[in-house]
Amino acid sequence: MSVLVFIEADNGVIKKSSLEAVTYGSKLGEVTAVAMGSIDASELAGVGKYGATKVLHCSDERLNDGVISATAKLIAEAAGQAGTDVVIMSRSSLVDAVAARVAIKMGASVVANVQELPDTSNGFVVKRGVFTGKAYAFVEVPEGKKVLTVTKNVVQLEETGSDAPVEEITVAFDDADFGVKRVGVHKQEGDILLPEADLVVSAGRGMKGPENWQMIEDLASTLGAATACSKPVSDMDWRPHHEHVGQTGIKVAPQLYIAVGISGAIQHLAGVNSSKVIVAINKDPEAPFFKAADYGVVGDAFEVVPKLIEALKSNQN
Amino acid sequence: MKILVCISHVPDTTTKIKFADNKLDTNGVQFIIGPYDDFALARAVEIKEATGGTVTVLNVGEADTEPSIRKALAIGADNAVRVNAAPIDSLFVAQQIVEHAKSENYDMILMGRESSDYNSGLVHGLVGELMGWPSIAPAMKLEVDGTTAKLSREIEGGHEDVEVAMPFVAGCQEPIAEWKIPNMRGIMMARKKPLQVVEPVGVEGVTSYKSFELPEAKAECKMVDAGQMDELVGLLKNEARVL
Ligand SMILES: Cc1cc2nc3c(=O)[nH]c(=O)nc-3n(C[C@H](O)[C@H](O)[C@H](O)COP(=O)(O)OP(=O)(O)OC[C@H]3O[C@@H](n4cnc5c(N)ncnc54)[C@H](O)[C@@H]3O)c2cc1C
Ligand SMILES: Nc1ncnc2c1ncn2[C@@H]1O[C@H](COP(=O)(O)O)[C@@H](O)[C@H]1O
Repeated sequence: MSVLVFIEADNGVIKKSSLEAVTYGSKLGEVTAVAMGSIDASELAGVGKYGATKVLHCSDERLNDGVISATAKLIAEAAGQAGTDVVIMSRSSLVDAVAARVAIKMGASVVANVQELPDTSNGFVVKRGVFTGKAYAFVEVPEGKKVLTVTKNVVQLEETGSDAPVEEITVAFDDADFGVKRVGVHKQEGDILLPEADLVVSAGRGMKGPENWQMIEDLASTLGAATACSKPVSDMDWRPHHEHVGQTGIKVAPQLYIAVGISGAIQHLAGVNSSKVIVAINKDPEAPFFKAADYGVVGDAFEVVPKLIEALKSNQN
Repeated sequence: MKILVCISHVPDTTTKIKFADNKLDTNGVQFIIGPYDDFALARAVEIKEATGGTVTVLNVGEADTEPSIRKALAIGADNAVRVNAAPIDSLFVAQQIVEHAKSENYDMILMGRESSDYNSGLVHGLVGELMGWPSIAPAMKLEVDGTTAKLSREIEGGHEDVEVAMPFVAGCQEPIAEWKIPNMRGIMMARKKPLQVVEPVGVEGVTSYKSFELPEAKAECKMVDAGQMDELVGLLKNEARVL
């Protein structure tokens, strides 16, 4: 099987989730990777270590902006050149917007939100998340070309190979591919990006007000974690909208999710139930979060969180 | 402005999901308009109220989805189309939307960023590519300025502002608009608004759902005394191995 994996970089560094997609692809067949925008040749060649035999790179700077239509055209073009049967992409805000367009351009079937390697013993069956993380479905994909978007942590990164050759790929873009013009970007720089984070500290209405978030940020920085919040917290503008997790917000799947002063409503849990380990801190012993958590602490966040920070610090020394 | 809004008909977000005969067990399940689709509908109605024009709602579903369609009409859509078929997958739904939209000259097609049942988040991109129009998702803001639209799209760690000429497709999410609740007059008027039922077109390349599985039940939560944070750190380090 010939596999194409689309890889993304953040500030010139290839995302871990993209490398996971390369490892995923290498379990299916021979992987060609495709990347775009300003990324160093050595960074690109390193993708070979995770199983790619070749890296196609479109250095066109217009692609730095993650333009949806143009990205789709690049991926479909690369798939054509590489004679691809299956395209694998790790989910991101760009991939989620692009995958469908790639599938139509290639005449492929498309499945989003894939959780595991496919079962190819009888046809091609993939497991995907449905009902907002409350269930999984096994989906039969018909014969022919396929596009899959996979979630984070579906495979363990494996460093097996060595650097791969990098080739420039040129695509005949037209104006329509850049019909959507980016006129501004508002992005928090320097912070650990929530969807990529391995550790997440999240807080809810139990914090009483935005002025009390210092404690949450201290806990996050002690751990090297990203911060998140519940929906009412972002609705009230205590925290920015892109920090809110749950059914209507970001879905996270970190190693550790610490929930402080969050009740654990089903819509909140929908965004966090793929976390490996959940810790709930809540003053109400009946809070629903304790049913979804692995470890629970009943207590006042204003007392528990500083003690937890202290314990973490003394543990680090 | 001529706007098409695509709505799905999904279990209420508080539903406890169960399966029977390899299908969703709909016993006692309350169905609603997809929460994201509801944001798209609300914004479409606001734009119509500001600029004039019409809002059409489209649903691919069997007759049991009509209460959701009537609700959309009560909220302010002018007419509705139901494609009479169980929605098989996103590609099937997208092809039905395109079949309807290709002869209608819409200025924009709005929908949710994803359906809250099958969560594919694909229909907007599929429709965009099939129509040859740009698609933008997830859209958190949408302003119309003549023949141009200004949108804000959520990206990792923030959002980007984009401009696009009409027509286009957008997959919407909050805070694009506030959900609207139908009032009595809306409900009365909705009964008389046209709801056209059309038959589906055949589609190749669709996927099929073989079976479902529920996540493994969590083991009992281990409680740690609020005064013993050293113990919690120890457990996270040595038992859970996440630190
Ligand atoms: C369609 C729909 C979609 C939704 N989507 C989302 C979503 O994506 N994400 C989301 O989060 N919500 C979502 N919600 C809202 C959700 O139902 C809950 O209302 C919300 O998650 C509650 O937020 P909270 O836990 O921060 O606040 P509350 O429910 O008010 O809980 C606060 C908690 O803090 C505890 N507490 C108070 N003081 C302290 C203290 N000093 N120390 C420790 N604990 C304390 C309380 O015991 C309580 O459990 C959605 C709702 C709907 C209807
Ligand atoms: N059966 C349907 N009928 C009409 N629109 C739908 C249907 N299913 C999904 N959609 C629309 O497409 C969006 C994305 O759906 P999906 O790709 O299934 O996650 C939803 O938010 C709806 O706006």
